[in-house]
Amino acid sequence: MPYVIPDVVDVKQRKTDIGPPHYKNFLPPVIQKNYGDWKTHEILSPGLMVHIANSGDKIWSVRVASPRLLSTDTLREIADIAEKYCDGYFRFTTRNNIEFLVSDESKVKPLMDELTAKKYMIGGIGSRVSNIVHTQGWIHCHSAAVDASALVKVIMDEFADYFTTKETPNKVRFAVACCTNMCGAVHCSDIAYVGIHRKLPRIDHENFKNLCELPTTMASCPTAAITPDPAKKSIKINADKCMYCGNCFSVCPSLPIADPENDGVAIVVGGKVGNLRKPPMFSKLAVAYLPNTPPRWPEVVKATRKIFDAYIAGAKKHERVGEWIERIGWEKFFAVTGLPFTFQHIDDWTYAFKTFRTSTQIKWVK
Amino acid sequence: MTKKYDTPLLDELEKGPFPSFVTEMKKAAAKSEMAADELGLLEKSFRDKVTYWKHGGIVGVRGYGGGVIGRYSQLADQFPGVAHFHTVRVNQPSGLFYTSETMRFFCDLWDRYGSGLTNFHGSTGDIILLGTVTENLEPLATVLSMNGFDLGGSGSAMRTPSCCVGPARCEWSMIDTLDITYDLTQEFQDELHRPQFPYKFKIKTVGCPVDCNASIARADLSIIGTWKGPIAIDQDKVKDFAKKGVNIQEEIVNFCPGKCITWDGNNLAINNSDCLHCMHCIAKLPGALKPTPPFGAVMLIGAKAPFVIGATLSWVIVPFMEMKPPYEEIKTLIRNMWDWWNEYGKNRERIGELIIRRGMREFLEVCGLEPTPEMVREPRNDPFWFWKEEDLEKKPWEEFLK
Repeated sequence: MPYVIPDVVDVKQRKTDIGPPHYKNFLPPVIQKNYGDWKTHEILSPGLMVHIANSGDKIWSVRVASPRLLSTDTLREIADIAEKYCDGYFRFTTRNNIEFLVSDESKVKPLMDELTAKKYMIGGIGSRVSNIVHTQGWIHCHSAAVDASALVKVIMDEFADYFTTKETPNKVRFAVACCTNMCGAVHCSDIAYVGIHRKLPRIDHENFKNLCELPTTMASCPTAAITPDPAKKSIKINADKCMYCGNCFSVCPSLPIADPENDGVAIVVGGKVGNLRKPPMFSKLAVAYLPNTPPRWPEVVKATRKIFDAYIAGAKKHERVGEWIERIGWEKFFAVTGLPFTFQHIDDWTYAFKTFRTSTQIKWVK
Repeated sequence: MTKKYDTPLLDELEKGPFPSFVTEMKKAAAKSEMAADELGLLEKSFRDKVTYWKHGGIVGVRGYGGGVIGRYSQLADQFPGVAHFHTVRVNQPSGLFYTSETMRFFCDLWDRYGSGLTNFHGSTGDIILLGTVTENLEPLATVLSMNGFDLGGSGSAMRTPSCCVGPARCEWSMIDTLDITYDLTQEFQDELHRPQFPYKFKIKTVGCPVDCNASIARADLSIIGTWKGPIAIDQDKVKDFAKKGVNIQEEIVNFCPGKCITWDGNNLAINNSDCLHCMHCIAKLPGALKPTPPFGAVMLIGAKAPFVIGATLSWVIVPFMEMKPPYEEIKTLIRNMWDWWNEYGKNRERIGELIIRRGMREFLEVCGLEPTPEMVREPRNDPFWFWKEEDLEKKPWEEFLK
């Protein structure tokens, strides 16, 4: 398809609702030929796999990490590399990695050599750490309690060798959400970070009536802590009920909750989305709060190291973090990681009783 | 020359092996005043430990109710380049495949109309173009459309559907995830581009229960490929895996949730009637085991992040549906549930929350679906429930006790 960007754009000529272009336009010929007719695949190295079709045709995929936030300079470089080795064909994974799609085996090694020379991080395939799904953070969001890209960077730096070379018992999927709105799939990841607040929203009574809608604001509260304040044409917040989730701020700009001194990061663990072995699982609270310490959040990195190393040491091959914890039990998880168990770990929201232990089955860990 | 800021804190994030988003911002900042001010603003956020973005504002292009998210900095005086810094969502090609030519088009487009910063991709799957001003939106949308691209979804609309790599490059894909995604996106352009629902509605399609697009955790409608036939076994390849050091008993048999596999050191046997179709054995022995037809999809409803009632995973509403073009059965199902949700849903109430509020029975009746045990983990355990007048007239025991 020849693309055009005219100097003068006649906006009146615009067609609406054409939808995305057909995906076949972007598939390499070997994929078009063998579409839906693949036989098997083999992981040849941490960043290289080959898919083999029933016809005997093969396609090699070389995976490299990406920070997701990409400049047009870098995108052009990726386009140039793909043109040189892949007839211009490449794709992104759902976890923001880049995959170069090579149809000619003789080009695989030169491609990987050039990627290595250009300092691309090759890896992420199979039982290891893959790229981190994450949200916008301070780069582009009004409700972020923490930056997202920075957490991704420091965690991936720390565990880089588990992306490029070393294996883990099964895949370890990290995720970052910069507030409890959770635009990333944090609630079902092996180890995940969520930005949290710890103090009440501040009510701007002057502007509430101009900017916010009362029923919407009340309905946004998961704990029914918001009630009308008719005298002020504003609202009241019941401090005993508020859990600082910030959802009211999402619908009402007059309830700012960001707080440089008290915002920070919680770590949740043990979630997964696949149906393999055990059904999909939610992530559960491991660390209730760590402070915001830009630029590299060392406390978050250290706490993650404790969880990660305990998993590597204790899990059976093929167990995800959640499966490992389920097998050893939560009392053992807190013992082997050395993380403290606090009031915050015991649920006190709607379905809290479902998480209480209604049995005498207990492991003695101390 | 664009404006240059000292960024001692962000510079720390250019160290280490993982590619740096700060380096990306600096590359863009060298060419774009907008990106330069974005970098300066972010350094200030890092210093002050707080975000400086205002709540989104309403901007858009003619004929569309979404696709562009208005974004304004609180510190426009200090950083005029980010006074307006809107996000444009562009509907990605199914499976996230590109050509170099297409990528260069996006680069040319965004260097001309925006900050030069992008996300490949946003969480929902769209191509995200970060940072432009209101007056660029009409020409930008026009050039996109001239070249075969269109905006994605935002607000209380059907969001841009997305999928896994599917049959394009995966032997396990039991449905054509790319085609289903393309077809549904084209079918529901109006619902995608003009918000008309109580809240957002996400559709994610994956080819097998491995769920490489996290469909079950983050789609209101999760379409997950599965199979009904027996698992085909290539005994020689199983033996090859055993020879190469895979402990079949430990790694495959013992992990089977259906406890339906046996291995005598020579022969692998599967009792398919107890198989839970979890994919563990198939995924860990690639090429040795494979699912066989009939192929179709499990339909699940209701996944969402925590707000307001707590995070939910999607639950089964159709245990098995054939997925053949033109996909009329799924389209009718979607239309029926949307009509009901539009009628009864409250502002900002996801469809799953409405089902929990009004009950599965009403939802199933609206969709014309019969109750089946596959929809629940277990039946209810408290001894009170609803009866409708019409239920009282029925005498099912006369049938099932015959």
